Amino acid sequence: MVNRVVVGAGYGLKDWIAQRATAVVMAVYTLILLATLGALGPSGFEAWRSIFSNGFMQFMTFLFFISLFWHVWIGVRDILMDYIWNDGLRLVLMIAVVAALVGYAGWAAKILWRL
Amino acid sequence: MADIAIKKKRPKNLDLPTIRLPLPGILSILHRISGAVLFLLLPVLLWLFQQSLASPETYAVAKALTGNILVKLILLGLIWLYMHHFCAGIRYLLLDLHKGIDLESARLSSKIVFGVSIALTVIVGAKVLW
Ligand code: HEM
Repeated sequence: MVNRVVVGAGYGLKDWIAQRATAVVMAVYTLILLATLGALGPSGFEAWRSIFSNGFMQFMTFLFFISLFWHVWIGVRDILMDYIWNDGLRLVLMIAVVAALVGYAGWAAKILWRL
Repeated sequence: MADIAIKKKRPKNLDLPTIRLPLPGILSILHRISGAVLFLLLPVLLWLFQQSLASPETYAVAKALTGNILVKLILLGLIWLYMHHFCAGIRYLLLDLHKGIDLESARLSSKIVFGVSIALTVIVGAKVLW
């Protein structure tokens, strides 16, 4: 055993947990969607729309999107920290990612609330 | 804090083409690549989702677009990336719970991930693209 000294308290632990909690939400949603797709009768606009237009799936789909954007923020930030070593560039990219994800969240709400 | 630096000289091989990446390693790098690619294509996917749901007319637009064989193949590839990320993600969650961390089970579970994700890709592709 290496006698390692842990620096600081819970560095990134919150993000680590959030990444996994959002992963669980998305995994459950994916299973629900797969089951719904399997049970779907004839294809076409009405059948497709009916998957998402009921209150339960509308809520679950929105929950999926919010989990996704949060999950992606943590994941992409980790990837940027691994490969982009220039502090200024990394900061710019992180801001761009957050801006895009906030925009996507609004967009997803708009898509679902119209159903 | 500085004296925790590793003193032991360890062999290093950074000649990438000569490294034979085992299956769990391929699974892992594909998990990262799939997450990054899906992130980059989010605007396209959201747009397609919107078109498919907004009205019968926009649904027809989406349908016509996905009728193109090239678009179909790209979407099939994306479904596979999603399914891989999904299955490999569940494997990671189990590993985090210390389930299946010995070498044998880790190798077996990465085979299962590839098998299940390809099967799901075929099923979902058949259902929504063909
Ligand atoms: C059912 C859905 C999903 C599950 C179960 C899942 C699971 C996970 C898990 C467990 C991790 C952490 C891996 C690690 O620490 O090495 C992760 C990382 C990540 N995920 Fe997901 N994920 C899902 C969907 C998505 C989607 C749809 C995207 C993109 C649009 C995405 C993007 C990412 C990214 C970019 C990372 C960081 C990868 C890395 O650090 O190598 N995930 N995911």
